[in-house]
Amino acid sequence: MKKLHFSLVALLGLAAAWPVAAQDDTLARNLVATCANCHGTDGHAVKASGMEALAGADAAKTLQKLHEFKSGVRPATVMQQIVKGYTDEELALIVGYLARQK
Amino acid sequence: MATNDRDRRRSFIRQVGTVALASVLPACAGRPSTATRAHVVVVGGGFGGATAARYLRLWSEGSVDVTLVEANPEFVSCPLSNLVLAGERKLADLSFSYDGLRRRGVRVVHDTVISLDPVRRSVGLFGGERIDFDRLLLAPGVDFAYEDLPGLQAAAAREHVLHAWKAGPQTLALRRQLAAMPDGGVYAITIPLAPYRCPPGPYERASVVAAYLKAHKPRAKILVLDANAEIVSKKALFAKAWAELYPDIIEYRPNCELRDVHAATRTAILDFEQVRADVLNVIPNQRAGELARVAELRLINQRWVEVDWRSMESTSHPGIHVVGDAIFAAPAMPKSGHLANQQGKLAVAAILELLAGRLPSPTPLLTNTCYSFIDARNAVHVASVHRYDAGQKTMLPVAGAGGLSAMRNEFEAKIASAWALNIWADTLA
Repeated sequence: MKKLHFSLVALLGLAAAWPVAAQDDTLARNLVATCANCHGTDGHAVKASGMEALAGADAAKTLQKLHEFKSGVRPATVMQQIVKGYTDEELALIVGYLARQK
Repeated sequence: MATNDRDRRRSFIRQVGTVALASVLPACAGRPSTATRAHVVVVGGGFGGATAARYLRLWSEGSVDVTLVEANPEFVSCPLSNLVLAGERKLADLSFSYDGLRRRGVRVVHDTVISLDPVRRSVGLFGGERIDFDRLLLAPGVDFAYEDLPGLQAAAAREHVLHAWKAGPQTLALRRQLAAMPDGGVYAITIPLAPYRCPPGPYERASVVAAYLKAHKPRAKILVLDANAEIVSKKALFAKAWAELYPDIIEYRPNCELRDVHAATRTAILDFEQVRADVLNVIPNQRAGELARVAELRLINQRWVEVDWRSMESTSHPGIHVVGDAIFAAPAMPKSGHLANQQGKLAVAAILELLAGRLPSPTPLLTNTCYSFIDARNAVHVASVHRYDAGQKTMLPVAGAGGLSAMRNEFEAKIASAWALNIWADTLA
């Protein structure tokens, strides 16, 4: 499990550095739009809401958090339930897209 | 009359058939083939329609022209409006202009669509204007089936017995009625059979009004007259909260379908009894908004619009996208502002692909998160994730994902307020 986890992070490091295929970018955009209701459009949370800004956040760190929500290591109120609806590939697309936001 | 209606419908379907053909070939559809900018008309400026208008501009990087037709001068959020009834929020704090959308280049027209020509691809407004479109997105919301309640036919009766189920003047009027209710009075709320807008909403309303009464009119009572056999949403959480916090205030009665109302005496007429209240709050039966009828969209159970979930297009009218509470929901999918917003974005993604001559994503995904307040400082949530199933041609809840709060808590009340700020911005800013 741990091994898989690190290899995902490594993969993601590569993905973030390389140009993204247009189709994947559209898919990533659509997936991130499902986060926007709570986390702001493209991860730009309304400041007064106190929600953590995900736009521009380090992809590997965000991905690690998401996997910790998924495995139950990191306690949460809602995210541990929502994150289970996404595949690991989708989560990687989401954090990559968020990291690219200014 | 039935024959005329049927004939009219038949000729309409023939016309629509042509449109359907055209819409699978978006690159060569309709209009003169000069490379003009695409124009999408959005009708209805609630969570679904306003989000769609905003994201059409964002995701097309301004290359698609967008017109939003909305009758109301401003957006008033239903989420959090129950707290206005409890005196814990001001309606003004939940009200927003459409200027954010205007700044993004959306043309906002305050009017009502009264006709649709799917062949010429134009809508007619009450004010007389005709607007042509390349694609149309409808967010009709819900209408109240007042025809089920003879006693609420007159406008005066409806001002006496309020719904407050569309945030706005009715919210303020119900707040005034509750504030004026004597200590020892009875507030009765009737809940329609599901499906209706915001499944946990009536129970949240009973909860926060109970908190208000507990503090200000401790001898007052709440009667929850539910047409459903049990609490429709977050049942265990509401039942526990009511038993622990409001045992002498809230009385819950299941299987109480409202048959009629005597408005002057604020009496709810049920099958076997009549219940008189000091404040009677009737949430009527609901169906897709009038716009769905104007467009003659195919309805399920004569009430809700059937859509293709991959693009949110009406199954009878490809090229016309429909989002929000007006649609026939997928299994375990509530009618919520959160989902209307998500459906708006799903529709926009599909519209942009179709305008570019490509197919929409075959595997769309939606999430829902819905908070309910138990009192001003405590809240609970329900969450779910829904993914398109090609075999069943609908969205299905993802097994193992989603869930409920373990218990009402103060942290989630803060998160609920944060959610509201972010969804309002994602919809309107």
